[in-house]
Amino acid sequence: MSNYFYILWIPLLPLATFVILGLFGRKYLSAIAGLLGTASLFSSTVLSFVAANQYFFVDGKVNGVFQKIVAFKFTWLEFSPNVSIDLGMIIDPISVMMLVVVTSVSLMVHVFSLGYMKGEERFATYYAFLSLFTFSMLGLILSSNIFQVYMFWELVGVSSFLLISYYFNKPSAVAASKKAFIVTRFADLGFLIGILILGFYGGTLDIGLLIERFTSVNSAQYISITGASFLGASMLTWGLTLLFIGGAGKSAMFPLHIWLPDAMEGPTPVSALIHAATMVVAGVYLVARMFPIFSMDEAALHIVTYVGAASALFAAVIACTQTDIKRVLAYSTMSQIGYMMFALGISKNGGEQGLGYMASMFHLFTHAFFKSLLFLGAGAVIHMVHSNEMKDMGGLRKLMPITHIAFLIACLAIAGIPPFAGFFSKEEILTAAFHENKIIYGIALFTAALTSFYMFRLYFNIFWSKEAPAANHAQADHGQEAHASHGEGPWVMKLPLLILAACAVGVGFVPFSQLVTSDGKALETHIDIVFSIAPVVLSVLAILLAARFYKNQNGRSDKMAAAFGGLYTAAYKKFYVDEVYIFITKKIVFPFIGQPIAWADRNIVDGFMLLLAKITAKISESIKGLQSGKVQNYALYFFGGVAALSILFIYIWK
Amino acid sequence: MNMQEIPLTQILFVSTALFFIGMYGLFTRRNLITMLMSIELMLNSVNINFIAFNKYLFPDKLDGLFFTLFIITIAAAEAAVAIAIIINLYRSHNSIDVEDATEMKY
Amino acid sequence: MNISSILFYAISALILGAGILAVTSVKIFRAAIWLLFSLVGIAALYFWMQVEFIAAIQIVVYVGGIVVLIIFSIFLTQNSGKEMVKPAIGKVIFSALAALLGTAFVYNLIVHYEGFKYISAKPFNSNVEEIGTQMLSTTSYGFILPFEAVSMLLLAAMVGCIVIAMRPNNEVETNTINKTENN
Repeated sequence: MSNYFYILWIPLLPLATFVILGLFGRKYLSAIAGLLGTASLFSSTVLSFVAANQYFFVDGKVNGVFQKIVAFKFTWLEFSPNVSIDLGMIIDPISVMMLVVVTSVSLMVHVFSLGYMKGEERFATYYAFLSLFTFSMLGLILSSNIFQVYMFWELVGVSSFLLISYYFNKPSAVAASKKAFIVTRFADLGFLIGILILGFYGGTLDIGLLIERFTSVNSAQYISITGASFLGASMLTWGLTLLFIGGAGKSAMFPLHIWLPDAMEGPTPVSALIHAATMVVAGVYLVARMFPIFSMDEAALHIVTYVGAASALFAAVIACTQTDIKRVLAYSTMSQIGYMMFALGISKNGGEQGLGYMASMFHLFTHAFFKSLLFLGAGAVIHMVHSNEMKDMGGLRKLMPITHIAFLIACLAIAGIPPFAGFFSKEEILTAAFHENKIIYGIALFTAALTSFYMFRLYFNIFWSKEAPAANHAQADHGQEAHASHGEGPWVMKLPLLILAACAVGVGFVPFSQLVTSDGKALETHIDIVFSIAPVVLSVLAILLAARFYKNQNGRSDKMAAAFGGLYTAAYKKFYVDEVYIFITKKIVFPFIGQPIAWADRNIVDGFMLLLAKITAKISESIKGLQSGKVQNYALYFFGGVAALSILFIYIWK
Repeated sequence: MNMQEIPLTQILFVSTALFFIGMYGLFTRRNLITMLMSIELMLNSVNINFIAFNKYLFPDKLDGLFFTLFIITIAAAEAAVAIAIIINLYRSHNSIDVEDATEMKY
Repeated sequence: MNISSILFYAISALILGAGILAVTSVKIFRAAIWLLFSLVGIAALYFWMQVEFIAAIQIVVYVGGIVVLIIFSIFLTQNSGKEMVKPAIGKVIFSALAALLGTAFVYNLIVHYEGFKYISAKPFNSNVEEIGTQMLSTTSYGFILPFEAVSMLLLAAMVGCIVIAMRPNNEVETNTINKTENN
């Protein structure tokens, strides 16, 4: 049980906040709802920092290896002595790291929302949902039983649904939330089947036991799962692939990515929290958690790698053409998660070859900070301009100085310019890719260049290209109010930007390879200057290209778009993936699968029940004449019965 | 003195036949008062039974006799109540035909 | 074949014949009178069986009370001269068959029962003094409790008859009187 038991409070505090705000917030607590949510999350953040300090620097290490500690275990539902759904809490390097990430980003979002969502009628409900999401994500991170992961997985999906459709009066928001929920739910079917396969062959649902049983080549479970095969692939491959499909749905990998751009209908702080830093990395986290098992199966790792790389490239190309700033950031998220996925895919378990794992987790860590900073900055911009489209922005650097600097720092970080955080993590990924698979390295390099290009396209379009839509524009909208700082938002909106900018700068210097690796032992890494010149140079070139096109308004970008012609149109239309989905569902699934099943349900199943009822009614109609109301008939029946019984008893049944 | 000549079974035959005659009347008659008359016949057949058993099988006790006494009493009370009901029914239906009182029909 | 046997057969014939006529006669008054004859026949049978007390009670209560009551009710409820409706022929046949089969069945059982062959030799003392002592005694073979219960029953029956047969006008009148008094 150990002295890590206090970690249980980290998810429970947001849960308590959710319950209190959910039940009483709207009526009684709406004035202090935001402060209450923020305060409880602040305590969780402090606790997670204390836990991280204790684990990483005080007593997590035993003989130089970070231990996996099961701090808490409670058997909830026992199917058989071996298979049970426990509720447990596992403390190991990645879960502690994720605790820090989730709580800090969530805290920043809470503080930012105090300003952004001020004046909303359902303010308390918003904070209740945010707390629910934080609780679910924290529960997911700490789960020690794979079914518990699934439970929290679904809870996270529900919180995302609630938050995307926060503005439920907008039909587009409602449609987007339904799309998100249905797509992720569809992927979760794969996840569930994967859990069942692994649980069946492994004989347990506990993650630690599963890893133990499947990673030793001689164990009975490993032999049985690799021995059984289905359509040519071993059951281990099937189980892991299906598990990955669940992760791919939640992490918006191609082709289950369609929900992420639409999920931007939710309020921007929600996008910052859920669809940038925390929920969408749940898929990566799942693969990392089950990584020892993944590393036993080449085929599953290949699938992870190629899906990740394809998503990274695909999203980067689309992001170059989008005009809605939140959509650009959404595709950017998809691309970066693709990076994390293929970094995991090319990694092996243990030692030097576990570099990919460490790089992926490092990138997850840094990405959370600068992506949420990008989203919050975009939120500040949207708050001022009241529009999401790039054409309504331009030249805002004079009106929003702090946001400008923060946004610039985040863009530099994501482009991988030293000494910002993104440089270090991307560097590690590229190194791992170079050593393992040159093709993936090539794709990664090209995508890095594209990343810099579209991020700075975004930056220049927002802050430079035109002259500021003069200050009178902002004042005209808000008439009498002479808010000196209205343009940029109150200090509660600036403070998180500043803190996150500081993190985006400093977090690269965390000695990550000493702390989080695939097998718990510290990994020696060094920055190879020669090697890292190539990506940095490419990024700088891309930035200059973007500056040339977008810094001032000129026709060069349009000529470029015309030159690409069909490719540009396809990318602008997001490569028609949504249209393909609509075609499949409307033309194939609905008429050939949905309608026959509905017909069978209505006519056969319901019909059978109705038939039973009709038969009963007919029988009762035919015998109701016996109750004729005539006493003599009743007397006759009585006599008949007595006679029959007496003959029966006296002569037949002695 | 008459017990040797007339065995018990012959008296029982009389009572059985009377009972089933009463039952025939109960099934056949449509007038409520004639149904009551049939019921009285059935009760009387039971009385004959009791007295016969008492006299032939258990002459040292008088149980059968007392039962008969009580049955006569109760039959009288029952006939009175039945007549009251018939009169009440006559008022609401204006007929005492048992086929006209079928409100308990389905 | 002594006189008592002939007497018995004659009385039985009267009982059964009058009974059959009572249930099949189409005129209601005639049916009532045939019932009367049947009941008198049964009283004669009791006299023949030397239970005179019961015979007397039979005549007083049944013939003098119940048959009179039946005749009164015939007067109260219908024209006694009309002929009654005959029942459906199917019902007649079915009931006749049921009755005959029932008689045969029960008589068969009676004839084959061993217990009825034994006739006890003890004398049958049924004089009124004995009856009275036993009815009101509280020791064994005493019938005081049923006696009291039957008296309660008779009281209840009397009250019930009056209530059931009461004219509804009285109730309506009392209700309206009550209402006007309250207003």
